[in-house]
Amino acid sequence: MSKRMVNILVPLISILLGLIIGAIVMAISGFNPIDGYMALWNGIFMDTYTMGETVRQITPYIFSGLAVAFAFRTGLFNIGVEGQLIMGWLAAAWVGQAFELPAVVHVPLALIAAASAGALWAFIPGLLKAKLQVHEVIVTIMMNYTALHVANALIGVISGGEERTEKIHESASLRSDLLESMTDYSRLHWGFIVALLAVIVMWFILQRTTLGYELKAVGFNKNASEYAGMNVNKNIILAMVISGSFAGLGGAMEALGTFENMSKLHAATGIGFDGIAVALLGANQPFGVLLGAILFGALKNGGLNMPSEAGVPTEIVSIVIALIIFFVASGYIIRVALERFGKKRKEEK
Amino acid sequence: MEYVIEMLGIRKQFGDFVANDNITLQLKKGEIHALLGENGAGKSTLMNVLFGLYQPEAGKIRVRGKDVKITDPNVANKLGIGMVHQHFMLVENFTVTENIILGNEPTKMGTINIKDASKKVQALSEQYGLNVDPYAKIEDISVGMQQRVEILKTLYRGADIIIFDEPTASLTPQEITELMQIMKRLIAEGKSIILITHKLNEIMEVSDQVTVIRKGKGIGTVTTAETNPTELAELMVGRQVVFKTEKIAANPKEVVLQIDSLTVADNRGIDKVKNLNLTVRAGEIVGIAGIDGNGQSELIEAITGLRKAKNGHIKLNGKEITGLKPRKITESGVGHIPQDRHKHGLVLDFPIGHNIALQTYYNKPISKNGVIDYKKVNEFARQIIEQYDVRSGEGEMSLARSLSGGNQQKAIIGREVERNPDLLIAALPTRGLDVGAIEFIHKRLIEQRDKGKAVLLISFELDEVMNVSDQIAVIYDGYIIDTVNPHETNEQELGLLMAGQSLQDNKKVGGTQ
Repeated sequence: MSKRMVNILVPLISILLGLIIGAIVMAISGFNPIDGYMALWNGIFMDTYTMGETVRQITPYIFSGLAVAFAFRTGLFNIGVEGQLIMGWLAAAWVGQAFELPAVVHVPLALIAAASAGALWAFIPGLLKAKLQVHEVIVTIMMNYTALHVANALIGVISGGEERTEKIHESASLRSDLLESMTDYSRLHWGFIVALLAVIVMWFILQRTTLGYELKAVGFNKNASEYAGMNVNKNIILAMVISGSFAGLGGAMEALGTFENMSKLHAATGIGFDGIAVALLGANQPFGVLLGAILFGALKNGGLNMPSEAGVPTEIVSIVIALIIFFVASGYIIRVALERFGKKRKEEK
Repeated sequence: MEYVIEMLGIRKQFGDFVANDNITLQLKKGEIHALLGENGAGKSTLMNVLFGLYQPEAGKIRVRGKDVKITDPNVANKLGIGMVHQHFMLVENFTVTENIILGNEPTKMGTINIKDASKKVQALSEQYGLNVDPYAKIEDISVGMQQRVEILKTLYRGADIIIFDEPTASLTPQEITELMQIMKRLIAEGKSIILITHKLNEIMEVSDQVTVIRKGKGIGTVTTAETNPTELAELMVGRQVVFKTEKIAANPKEVVLQIDSLTVADNRGIDKVKNLNLTVRAGEIVGIAGIDGNGQSELIEAITGLRKAKNGHIKLNGKEITGLKPRKITESGVGHIPQDRHKHGLVLDFPIGHNIALQTYYNKPISKNGVIDYKKVNEFARQIIEQYDVRSGEGEMSLARSLSGGNQQKAIIGREVERNPDLLIAALPTRGLDVGAIEFIHKRLIEQRDKGKAVLLISFELDEVMNVSDQIAVIYDGYIIDTVNPHETNEQELGLLMAGQSLQDNKKVGGTQ
């Protein structure tokens, strides 16, 4: 079997297997799998409205996936994307409501604020790792909690004791009449363009710049990088800061697009944590992350339709979606099976 | 004489590539049989066939006179064949006994019976004079000791045919001597040994028979007592090998590297280089001879900026470089072939082309305004690959990891030499390489010298130091105990100096020149 065939077959078979096992789960639980999957499909593609909502859902996943993947590529495990995203969300929401500026300035300013807030939240674990060899996993996990509660407290301060910040000014919003009219008044906003640009930016940094070369070298082999005159500590901090910026921008999508404000959060948004899975699905490659985010976001959004249309409870929906993702992630097993199969056929000939 | 193992006419093919072509190896009971060949000649493939990891396309294997089909390593184990791998397969934070019983744990009512196992390990250790503590943790014992644990592992499983795969690659000279004694002891106790190596002196010292393979073909088997290193090298490489590299007399000029009363501490804060003085001139090779651990590593790290000096001065072309950042030092004209090419020399997961750019990636014309032109990177890499005869599967796109040690080293040397540094530091440049590659590297070092560059060679191999250097500075306990002319000295004298013996004999301490 040619390599190309394997590369195309693996994801297809993975998704198919996930769907089959998901169907079995639904059947055992007493729900009709065909109805369930019809509802899932409709929840993703039914009309322009659902498609708009699907793309909207995909957008923040692209950013959280990029954030995790970028750190991964440089040998760092950024579990703190969740917290960085929350801080980015808050920063964008605040800039959006506190200033009145022309849109050409306001939107970029809010985006920069979000990226900076995420970067700052990632800078601290980066600094601790570089200077004191504190493991970034511990620090980033803990800073997720700090982010959650700091953000909730600041929302109270900004809004004067309310549960949510004021709606952002129109000049900072990523929503547009054009997109709304095209998608039957979904919440689709221009953020997906920003996300696509971010994919290209990450690809460019890693594949084309001296910075990317250094970051990858440090990620693979610190000793050789140091020997080659690279500043290892600087690179660790930079990697975290760039990763955090992507995460912060993911938060901006919620602040400037989906919600146009920020409410106090009872728990983590989950977007940051799902970013780990998105990054791994995409093999930490920028364009792979894009595909991973599309799968993740589409299933998430489509799943919302399953309880109402097919009566499948949300718990079962979560299991089915998790199964599909699980099988895609374990594509390795299928790859090995395919290769064995191909070999056997060859030997029989 | 009875054969315990006969591999007759073995052929193994991977796609179109013939790794083993009609190779015959016959091991007699109670002998040490060396398997000699260059890196990539097919030694490992042959042993993997014997161990059941590969199935041969042709030929047969007999163990103790009986035809056998070894389908997997378990079959090999049952037949009493054990292997001591080059890269040890040990769990670092387990004890010796835990490692030995791993995968074959003796149990008593569902719990591991570690006591009995330890006793058995202890008994085996004593029987073969291995001197291993069954309760020691792997991470706490030396590399030589770890290797003995691997030997014990095979003995514990009842092996009486033991394959040693390049066993001396990571050992110190003392450990090598001890290993040779252990091997002789094993033979005396009735075991048979296959020794895979490309080191001729080891073969001469310890083996009874030598089977040579070259580029996958069996060249033949000779009796060690009836051959000599020159003949073996010729059989292995397929042409005459010059052990003593030809060179014209040195023509030393101005001082390039000047080290004055340098003191450097190691990570624990203990002084490893003490008040050391050293001078290297343009157009000469200064060899630093010494036993491992006498401050060589710290000295190089201080010169290249990887380690801070506590005291003293390092000058390059008269300019102070002490305490500068590694990149500044590199840029001021120092090339460095590091002693551990995997740890410091290469990013193993980068393609070899990227690795060749490791010191120049940020400079014009390879990069401009922070953007790398990978076309130029690859172009430059191809030049080096051709010029330095770096062989790899996919040229500059091959992962550095996939290259053989010799080819990795050639790539590093190409990278460093092409930057045209005034001072080239070569630390153990030929460690683990076969004679062909060693010859190539020595020639390159001498070529640099003849171009009027200063070369500082650090080596644990006396042959190498005596062969290549124009001056030999002997390092002992962190300082240069004496500097001698290679033509006016011999191995005995150097050996004494390296052991710190000249203190009484001559009063020259610390100074060179």
